[in-house]
Amino acid sequence: MNNLSVIEKIKGNTLSKTLIYITLFLLFWIIIYMNLELLTNSLVYNVLGLNPEEHLTQAIWFFIFEVPKVLLLLTLIVFGIGIIRTYFSPERTRKLLGGKKTFAGNILASLLGVVTPFCSCSAIPLFLGFIEGGVPLGVTFSFLIAAPMINEVALILLFGLFGWETALLYMTTGLLIAILAGTIIGKLGLEKFVEDWVYKTKAADIEQEEEKLSFNDRIQLGITAVKEIVSKVWIYIVIGILVGAGIHGYVPENFMASFMGKSAWWSVPSAVLLGIPMYSNAAGIIPIVQALLAKGASLGTVLAFMMAVIGLSLPEMIILKKVLKIQMIFIFIGIMAIGITVVGYLFNLLY
Amino acid sequence: MISVKILGVGCPKCRNLEAKVKELLVKNNIEAEVTKVDDIAKIMGYGIMMTPGLVINEKVKSSGIIPKEEQILNWLKEN
Repeated sequence: MNNLSVIEKIKGNTLSKTLIYITLFLLFWIIIYMNLELLTNSLVYNVLGLNPEEHLTQAIWFFIFEVPKVLLLLTLIVFGIGIIRTYFSPERTRKLLGGKKTFAGNILASLLGVVTPFCSCSAIPLFLGFIEGGVPLGVTFSFLIAAPMINEVALILLFGLFGWETALLYMTTGLLIAILAGTIIGKLGLEKFVEDWVYKTKAADIEQEEEKLSFNDRIQLGITAVKEIVSKVWIYIVIGILVGAGIHGYVPENFMASFMGKSAWWSVPSAVLLGIPMYSNAAGIIPIVQALLAKGASLGTVLAFMMAVIGLSLPEMIILKKVLKIQMIFIFIGIMAIGITVVGYLFNLLY
Repeated sequence: MISVKILGVGCPKCRNLEAKVKELLVKNNIEAEVTKVDDIAKIMGYGIMMTPGLVINEKVKSSGIIPKEEQILNWLKEN
Protein backbone atom coordinates (compact mmCIF):
# COMPACT_ATOMS: atom_id res chain seq x y z
CA MET A 1 0.00 0.00 0.00
CA ASN A 2 2.91 2.24 0.82
CA ASN A 3 4.39 1.72 -2.63
CA LEU A 4 1.07 2.46 -4.23
CA SER A 5 0.67 5.79 -2.54
CA VAL A 6 4.12 6.84 -3.73
CA ILE A 7 3.24 5.86 -7.29
CA GLU A 8 -0.01 7.81 -7.00
CA LYS A 9 1.99 10.86 -5.97
CA ILE A 10 4.43 10.58 -8.86
CA LYS A 11 1.62 9.93 -11.29
CA GLY A 12 0.16 13.34 -10.65
CA ASN A 13 3.38 15.03 -11.65
CA THR A 14 4.17 16.56 -14.97
CA LEU A 15 7.14 15.51 -17.04
CA SER A 16 9.30 18.43 -15.97
CA LYS A 17 8.72 17.65 -12.32
CA THR A 18 9.60 14.01 -12.87
CA LEU A 19 12.78 15.02 -14.67
CA ILE A 20 13.80 17.22 -11.75
CA TYR A 21 13.32 14.33 -9.35
CA ILE A 22 15.29 11.99 -11.58
CA THR A 23 18.16 14.47 -11.94
CA LEU A 24 18.28 15.03 -8.18
CA PHE A 25 18.27 11.31 -7.64
CA LEU A 26 21.12 10.79 -10.13
CA LEU A 27 23.20 13.55 -8.52
CA PHE A 28 22.63 12.03 -5.10
CA TRP A 29 23.53 8.62 -6.53
CA ILE A 30 26.79 9.80 -8.05
CA ILE A 31 27.87 11.69 -4.94
CA ILE A 32 27.25 8.69 -2.67
CA TYR A 33 28.79 6.20 -5.07
CA MET A 34 31.95 8.23 -5.64
CA ASN A 35 32.48 8.78 -1.94
CA LEU A 36 31.46 5.39 -0.67
CA GLU A 37 34.98 4.34 0.21
CA LEU A 38 35.64 7.57 2.13
CA LEU A 39 32.32 7.29 3.95
CA THR A 40 33.02 3.68 4.88
CA ASN A 41 36.52 4.52 6.09
CA SER A 42 35.37 7.32 8.32
CA LEU A 43 32.47 5.27 9.67
CA VAL A 44 34.55 2.20 10.43
CA TYR A 45 37.78 3.79 11.63
CA ASN A 46 36.66 7.12 13.07
CA VAL A 47 33.10 6.71 14.28
CA LEU A 48 33.32 3.08 15.36
CA GLY A 49 37.03 3.38 16.10
CA LEU A 50 37.90 -0.13 14.95
CA ASN A 51 41.43 -1.40 14.48
CA PRO A 52 42.25 -1.75 10.74
CA GLU A 53 44.56 -4.66 11.46
CA GLU A 54 41.86 -6.95 12.78
CA HIS A 55 40.06 -9.53 10.67
CA LEU A 56 36.72 -8.57 12.17
CA THR A 57 37.25 -4.94 11.13
CA GLN A 58 38.02 -6.01 7.58
CA ALA A 59 34.85 -8.08 7.50
CA ILE A 60 32.76 -5.18 8.84
CA TRP A 61 34.39 -2.76 6.39
CA PHE A 62 33.61 -5.10 3.49
CA PHE A 63 29.97 -5.41 4.54
CA ILE A 64 29.42 -1.68 5.10
CA PHE A 65 31.05 -0.88 1.77
CA GLU A 66 29.50 -3.59 -0.40
CA VAL A 67 25.84 -3.47 0.64
CA PRO A 68 25.19 0.15 -0.41
CA LYS A 69 27.45 -0.26 -3.45
CA VAL A 70 25.57 -3.23 -4.85
CA LEU A 71 22.18 -1.77 -3.94
CA LEU A 72 23.08 1.51 -5.68
CA LEU A 73 24.18 -0.34 -8.81
CA LEU A 74 21.07 -2.49 -8.71
CA THR A 75 18.76 0.50 -8.41
CA LEU A 76 20.34 2.37 -11.29
CA ILE A 77 20.57 -0.56 -13.69
CA VAL A 78 17.12 -1.94 -12.93
CA PHE A 79 15.77 1.57 -13.52
CA GLY A 80 17.61 1.87 -16.83
CA ILE A 81 16.58 -1.58 -18.02
CA GLY A 82 13.04 -0.97 -16.81
CA ILE A 83 12.86 2.03 -19.16
CA ILE A 84 14.50 0.14 -22.05
CA ARG A 85 11.99 -2.67 -21.59
CA THR A 86 9.05 -0.36 -22.15
CA TYR A 87 10.23 -0.15 -25.76
CA PHE A 88 10.15 -3.93 -26.17
CA SER A 89 6.90 -5.82 -25.80
CA PRO A 90 6.70 -9.56 -26.52
CA GLU A 91 4.40 -8.67 -29.42
CA ARG A 92 7.02 -6.46 -30.97
CA THR A 93 9.74 -9.05 -30.38
CA ARG A 94 7.59 -11.70 -32.05
CA LYS A 95 7.12 -9.49 -35.07
CA LEU A 96 10.86 -8.90 -35.29
CA LEU A 97 11.57 -12.63 -35.12
CA GLY A 98 8.76 -13.96 -37.30
CA GLY A 99 9.98 -16.01 -40.26
CA LYS A 100 13.65 -15.56 -39.36
CA LYS A 101 15.28 -18.92 -39.90
CA THR A 102 18.98 -18.50 -39.96
CA PHE A 103 21.70 -17.94 -37.45
CA ALA A 104 20.88 -14.24 -37.50
CA GLY A 105 17.47 -15.05 -36.02
CA ASN A 106 19.09 -16.89 -33.12
CA ILE A 107 21.44 -14.02 -32.41
CA LEU A 108 18.62 -11.49 -32.52
CA ALA A 109 16.42 -13.71 -30.33
CA SER A 110 19.13 -14.08 -27.69
CA LEU A 111 19.72 -10.34 -27.56
CA LEU A 112 16.01 -9.62 -27.40
CA GLY A 113 15.78 -12.19 -24.60
CA VAL A 114 17.86 -9.84 -22.50
CA VAL A 115 15.72 -6.75 -23.04
CA THR A 116 12.19 -8.10 -23.46
CA PRO A 117 10.24 -8.18 -20.21
CA PHE A 118 10.06 -11.78 -19.10
CA CYS A 119 8.74 -13.65 -16.11
CA SER A 120 9.06 -17.40 -15.82
CA CYS A 121 5.32 -17.73 -15.22
CA SER A 122 4.81 -16.33 -18.73
CA ALA A 123 7.18 -18.83 -20.38
CA ILE A 124 4.40 -21.00 -21.80
CA PRO A 125 2.17 -18.28 -23.27
CA LEU A 126 5.30 -16.70 -24.70
CA PHE A 127 6.49 -19.99 -26.21
CA LEU A 128 3.07 -20.64 -27.75
CA GLY A 129 2.71 -17.08 -28.93
CA PHE A 130 6.07 -17.20 -30.70
CA ILE A 131 5.48 -20.59 -32.34
CA GLU A 132 1.98 -19.68 -33.46
CA GLY A 133 3.22 -16.34 -34.71
CA GLY A 134 5.63 -18.12 -37.08
CA VAL A 135 8.85 -17.80 -35.10
CA PRO A 136 10.97 -20.93 -35.81
CA LEU A 137 11.43 -23.40 -32.95
CA GLY A 138 15.20 -22.92 -32.68
CA VAL A 139 14.88 -19.14 -32.59
CA THR A 140 12.17 -19.39 -29.92
CA PHE A 141 14.52 -21.51 -27.82
CA SER A 142 17.34 -19.00 -28.15
CA PHE A 143 14.97 -16.46 -26.65
CA LEU A 144 13.74 -18.75 -23.88
CA ILE A 145 17.29 -19.66 -22.84
CA ALA A 146 18.65 -16.12 -22.84
CA ALA A 147 15.72 -14.46 -21.09
CA PRO A 148 16.04 -16.03 -17.62
CA MET A 149 19.78 -16.69 -17.69
CA ILE A 150 21.07 -13.25 -18.55
CA ASN A 151 19.26 -10.98 -16.23
CA GLU A 152 20.22 -7.68 -14.72
CA VAL A 153 20.37 -8.94 -11.16
CA ALA A 154 22.90 -11.65 -11.98
CA LEU A 155 25.01 -9.21 -13.98
CA ILE A 156 25.05 -6.52 -11.31
CA LEU A 157 25.99 -8.97 -8.59
CA LEU A 158 28.80 -10.44 -10.66
CA PHE A 159 29.97 -6.94 -11.49
CA GLY A 160 29.77 -5.70 -7.91
CA LEU A 161 31.42 -8.70 -6.31
CA PHE A 162 33.83 -10.04 -8.91
CA GLY A 163 34.45 -7.15 -11.29
CA TRP A 164 33.27 -6.16 -14.74
CA GLU A 165 35.35 -8.78 -16.58
CA THR A 166 33.44 -11.58 -14.89
CA ALA A 167 30.08 -9.93 -15.57
CA LEU A 168 30.97 -9.41 -19.22
CA LEU A 169 32.21 -12.97 -19.62
CA TYR A 170 29.06 -14.29 -18.01
CA MET A 171 26.90 -12.28 -20.40
CA THR A 172 28.92 -13.23 -23.47
CA THR A 173 29.00 -16.93 -22.68
CA GLY A 174 25.32 -16.90 -21.71
CA LEU A 175 24.48 -15.34 -25.07
CA LEU A 176 26.69 -17.87 -26.85
CA ILE A 177 24.93 -20.78 -25.18
CA ALA A 178 21.53 -19.35 -26.09
CA ILE A 179 22.57 -18.75 -29.71
CA LEU A 180 24.24 -22.13 -30.19
CA ALA A 181 21.66 -24.23 -28.33
CA GLY A 182 18.87 -22.55 -30.31
CA THR A 183 20.71 -23.09 -33.58
CA ILE A 184 21.26 -26.77 -32.84
CA ILE A 185 17.62 -27.28 -31.83
CA GLY A 186 16.58 -25.56 -35.06
CA LYS A 187 18.94 -27.69 -37.18
CA LEU A 188 17.79 -30.94 -35.60
CA GLY A 189 14.24 -30.36 -36.86
CA LEU A 190 12.61 -31.16 -33.56
CA GLU A 191 9.18 -29.77 -34.42
CA LYS A 192 7.78 -33.31 -34.20
CA PHE A 193 8.53 -33.31 -30.49
CA VAL A 194 6.32 -30.32 -29.82
CA GLU A 195 2.86 -31.35 -28.65
CA ASP A 196 0.57 -31.58 -31.68
CA TRP A 197 -2.05 -29.17 -30.43
CA VAL A 198 0.46 -26.32 -30.36
CA TYR A 199 0.70 -26.15 -34.14
CA LYS A 200 -3.05 -26.60 -34.51
CA THR A 201 -3.93 -23.65 -32.38
CA LYS A 202 -4.05 -20.48 -34.31
CA ALA A 203 -2.88 -17.32 -32.72
CA ALA A 204 -5.83 -15.07 -32.16
CA ASP A 205 -5.42 -11.57 -33.41
CA ILE A 206 -5.04 -9.25 -30.55
CA GLU A 207 -7.71 -6.70 -30.04
CA GLN A 208 -5.65 -4.99 -27.45
CA GLU A 209 -5.47 -1.30 -28.04
CA GLU A 210 -2.01 -0.11 -28.93
CA GLU A 211 -0.46 1.42 -25.91
CA LYS A 212 0.90 4.89 -26.38
CA LEU A 213 3.35 5.61 -23.65
CA SER A 214 4.67 9.05 -22.96
CA PHE A 215 8.23 9.46 -21.74
CA ASN A 216 6.79 10.24 -18.34
CA ASP A 217 4.98 6.88 -18.35
CA ARG A 218 8.20 5.10 -19.21
CA ILE A 219 10.07 6.71 -16.34
CA GLN A 220 7.30 5.69 -13.99
CA LEU A 221 7.45 2.13 -15.30
CA GLY A 222 11.19 2.22 -14.61
CA ILE A 223 10.47 3.30 -11.03
CA THR A 224 7.91 0.51 -10.68
CA ALA A 225 10.52 -2.00 -11.89
CA VAL A 226 12.98 -0.78 -9.27
CA LYS A 227 10.39 -1.18 -6.51
CA GLU A 228 9.34 -4.61 -7.68
CA ILE A 229 12.82 -6.04 -8.12
CA VAL A 230 14.70 -4.35 -5.31
CA SER A 231 12.04 -5.22 -2.75
CA LYS A 232 12.29 -8.85 -3.86
CA VAL A 233 16.05 -9.34 -4.02
CA TRP A 234 17.63 -7.02 -1.44
CA ILE A 235 17.55 -9.69 1.25
CA TYR A 236 19.53 -12.14 -0.91
CA ILE A 237 22.07 -9.47 -1.64
CA VAL A 238 22.53 -8.66 2.02
CA ILE A 239 22.88 -12.37 2.86
CA GLY A 240 25.34 -12.83 -0.02
CA ILE A 241 27.50 -9.97 1.12
CA LEU A 242 27.25 -11.10 4.72
CA VAL A 243 28.59 -14.49 3.69
CA GLY A 244 31.29 -12.76 1.68
CA ALA A 245 32.15 -10.50 4.61
CA GLY A 246 32.25 -13.41 7.02
CA ILE A 247 34.94 -14.95 4.90
CA HIS A 248 36.62 -11.80 3.63
CA GLY A 249 38.48 -10.85 6.75
CA TYR A 250 39.73 -14.34 7.38
CA VAL A 251 42.11 -16.54 5.49
CA PRO A 252 40.21 -18.39 2.78
CA GLU A 253 40.06 -22.07 3.52
CA ASN A 254 40.75 -24.49 0.75
CA PHE A 255 37.88 -26.58 1.90
CA MET A 256 36.26 -26.86 -1.53
CA ALA A 257 39.43 -26.85 -3.61
CA SER A 258 39.88 -30.60 -3.70
CA PHE A 259 36.52 -31.32 -5.26
CA MET A 260 35.47 -28.03 -6.85
CA GLY A 261 38.89 -26.70 -7.73
CA LYS A 262 40.58 -26.49 -11.11
CA SER A 263 42.58 -29.64 -10.72
CA ALA A 264 39.54 -31.86 -10.38
CA TRP A 265 38.49 -32.39 -14.02
CA TRP A 266 35.13 -33.88 -13.04
CA SER A 267 34.19 -30.86 -10.94
CA VAL A 268 32.50 -28.99 -13.82
CA PRO A 269 30.20 -31.79 -15.05
CA SER A 270 29.24 -32.74 -11.52
CA ALA A 271 28.45 -29.13 -10.65
CA VAL A 272 26.19 -28.98 -13.72
CA LEU A 273 24.45 -32.26 -12.86
CA LEU A 274 23.91 -31.04 -9.33
CA GLY A 275 22.58 -27.69 -10.52
CA ILE A 276 20.03 -28.91 -13.07
CA PRO A 277 17.30 -30.11 -10.69
CA MET A 278 17.90 -27.21 -8.31
CA TYR A 279 16.06 -24.01 -8.78
CA SER A 280 16.71 -20.53 -7.54
CA ASN A 281 16.51 -17.09 -9.01
CA ALA A 282 19.73 -15.28 -9.81
CA ALA A 283 19.72 -13.35 -6.55
CA GLY A 284 19.15 -16.38 -4.37
CA ILE A 285 22.11 -18.26 -5.76
CA ILE A 286 24.66 -15.49 -5.16
CA PRO A 287 25.25 -16.23 -1.45
CA ILE A 288 26.08 -19.83 -2.41
CA VAL A 289 28.39 -18.63 -5.18
CA GLN A 290 30.16 -16.35 -2.71
CA ALA A 291 30.66 -19.11 -0.22
CA LEU A 292 31.88 -21.65 -2.77
CA LEU A 293 34.39 -19.26 -4.33
CA ALA A 294 35.75 -18.17 -0.99
CA LYS A 295 36.31 -21.75 0.03
CA GLY A 296 38.53 -22.48 -2.91
CA ALA A 297 36.13 -23.58 -5.64
CA SER A 298 37.21 -22.37 -9.07
CA LEU A 299 35.29 -19.68 -10.96
CA GLY A 300 34.45 -21.89 -13.96
CA THR A 301 32.98 -24.60 -11.79
CA VAL A 302 30.94 -22.14 -9.76
CA LEU A 303 29.66 -20.28 -12.84
CA ALA A 304 28.65 -23.58 -14.43
CA PHE A 305 26.78 -24.45 -11.27
CA MET A 306 25.11 -21.03 -11.25
CA MET A 307 24.06 -21.24 -14.90
CA ALA A 308 22.66 -24.74 -14.42
CA VAL A 309 20.62 -23.62 -11.42
CA ILE A 310 19.24 -20.48 -13.09
CA GLY A 311 18.92 -21.74 -16.66
CA LEU A 312 17.55 -25.22 -16.07
CA SER A 313 15.16 -26.30 -13.39
CA LEU A 314 12.79 -29.09 -12.60
CA PRO A 315 9.72 -26.85 -12.09
CA GLU A 316 10.42 -25.19 -15.45
CA MET A 317 10.63 -28.60 -17.15
CA ILE A 318 7.31 -29.63 -15.63
CA ILE A 319 5.72 -26.48 -17.01
CA LEU A 320 7.33 -27.04 -20.42
CA LYS A 321 6.02 -30.62 -20.42
CA LYS A 322 2.61 -29.13 -21.23
CA VAL A 323 3.82 -28.06 -24.65
CA LEU A 324 6.83 -30.26 -25.34
CA LYS A 325 7.15 -34.02 -25.59
CA ILE A 326 9.50 -35.71 -23.16
CA GLN A 327 12.16 -36.41 -25.83
CA MET A 328 12.36 -32.69 -26.60
CA ILE A 329 12.83 -31.85 -22.93
CA PHE A 330 15.71 -34.31 -22.63
CA ILE A 331 17.34 -32.96 -25.78
CA PHE A 332 16.95 -29.43 -24.44
CA ILE A 333 18.50 -30.35 -21.08
CA GLY A 334 21.29 -32.26 -22.84
CA ILE A 335 22.27 -29.38 -25.13
CA MET A 336 22.17 -26.87 -22.29
CA ALA A 337 24.20 -29.13 -19.99
CA ILE A 338 26.91 -29.60 -22.61
CA GLY A 339 27.02 -25.86 -23.37
CA ILE A 340 27.29 -24.94 -19.70
CA THR A 341 29.98 -27.57 -19.12
CA VAL A 342 32.05 -26.13 -21.96
CA VAL A 343 31.72 -22.65 -20.46
CA GLY A 344 32.82 -24.00 -17.09
CA TYR A 345 35.98 -25.54 -18.54
CA LEU A 346 36.65 -22.37 -20.51
CA PHE A 347 36.55 -20.20 -17.38
CA ASN A 348 38.74 -22.65 -15.50
CA LEU A 349 41.28 -22.47 -18.33
CA LEU A 350 41.21 -18.68 -18.49
CA TYR A 351 41.51 -17.92 -14.79
CA MET B 1 -23.77 -7.08 -16.82
CA ILE B 2 -20.07 -6.54 -17.54
CA SER B 3 -17.99 -9.64 -17.87
CA VAL B 4 -14.45 -9.42 -16.55
CA LYS B 5 -11.91 -12.18 -17.08
CA ILE B 6 -8.51 -12.46 -15.51
CA LEU B 7 -6.20 -14.68 -17.58
CA GLY B 8 -3.33 -16.32 -15.75
CA VAL B 9 -1.91 -19.57 -14.49
CA GLY B 10 -1.41 -18.48 -10.92
CA CYS B 11 1.53 -16.12 -10.75
CA PRO B 12 1.47 -13.53 -7.95
CA LYS B 13 0.74 -10.71 -10.40
CA CYS B 14 -2.40 -12.53 -11.58
CA ARG B 15 -3.72 -12.81 -8.05
CA ASN B 16 -2.92 -9.16 -7.40
CA LEU B 17 -4.80 -8.09 -10.49
CA GLU B 18 -7.83 -10.19 -9.55
CA ALA B 19 -7.90 -8.71 -6.05
CA LYS B 20 -7.51 -5.19 -7.41
CA VAL B 21 -10.35 -5.56 -9.92
CA LYS B 22 -12.69 -7.00 -7.30
CA GLU B 23 -11.85 -4.21 -4.90
CA LEU B 24 -12.49 -1.58 -7.58
CA LEU B 25 -15.86 -3.11 -8.45
CA VAL B 26 -17.01 -3.04 -4.84
CA LYS B 27 -15.68 0.46 -4.21
CA ASN B 28 -17.45 1.91 -7.23
CA ASN B 29 -20.63 -0.10 -7.02
CA ILE B 30 -20.17 -1.66 -10.43
CA GLU B 31 -21.82 -4.97 -11.06
CA ALA B 32 -19.70 -7.41 -12.99
CA GLU B 33 -19.02 -11.07 -13.28
CA VAL B 34 -15.37 -11.80 -12.55
CA THR B 35 -13.94 -15.08 -13.85
CA LYS B 36 -10.45 -16.43 -13.47
CA VAL B 37 -9.26 -18.28 -16.58
CA ASP B 38 -6.34 -20.61 -15.87
CA ASP B 39 -6.56 -23.02 -18.81
CA ILE B 40 -3.56 -22.32 -21.01
CA ALA B 41 -5.33 -23.21 -24.27
CA LYS B 42 -8.15 -20.79 -23.43
CA ILE B 43 -5.66 -18.10 -22.46
CA MET B 44 -3.90 -18.50 -25.80
CA GLY B 45 -7.27 -18.09 -27.50
CA TYR B 46 -7.10 -14.45 -26.49
CA GLY B 47 -3.71 -14.07 -28.18
CA ILE B 48 -1.79 -12.73 -25.21
CA MET B 49 1.82 -13.67 -24.55
CA MET B 50 2.22 -12.41 -21.03
CA THR B 51 0.10 -13.02 -18.01
CA PRO B 52 -1.89 -11.61 -16.34
CA GLY B 53 -4.34 -10.70 -19.05
CA LEU B 54 -7.37 -8.53 -18.41
CA VAL B 55 -10.40 -9.13 -20.60
CA ILE B 56 -13.48 -6.95 -20.35
CA ASN B 57 -16.54 -7.99 -22.33
CA GLU B 58 -14.37 -10.38 -24.37
CA LYS B 59 -11.90 -7.66 -25.34
CA VAL B 60 -8.28 -7.92 -24.25
CA LYS B 61 -7.44 -4.73 -22.41
CA SER B 62 -3.99 -5.46 -21.05
CA SER B 63 -1.41 -8.20 -20.72
CA GLY B 64 1.69 -8.68 -18.65
CA ILE B 65 1.02 -5.72 -16.41
CA ILE B 66 -1.25 -4.62 -13.63
CA PRO B 67 -2.84 -1.51 -15.12
CA LYS B 68 -3.36 1.62 -13.13
CA GLU B 69 -6.57 1.76 -11.10
CA GLU B 70 -8.06 4.70 -12.96
CA GLN B 71 -7.31 3.00 -16.25
CA ILE B 72 -9.18 -0.14 -15.20
CA LEU B 73 -12.02 2.01 -13.94
CA ASN B 74 -12.27 3.82 -17.29
CA TRP B 75 -12.41 0.51 -19.13
CA LEU B 76 -15.16 -0.69 -16.81
CA LYS B 77 -17.15 2.49 -17.25
CA GLU B 78 -16.92 2.42 -21.03
CA ASN B 79 -19.20 -0.58 -20.98
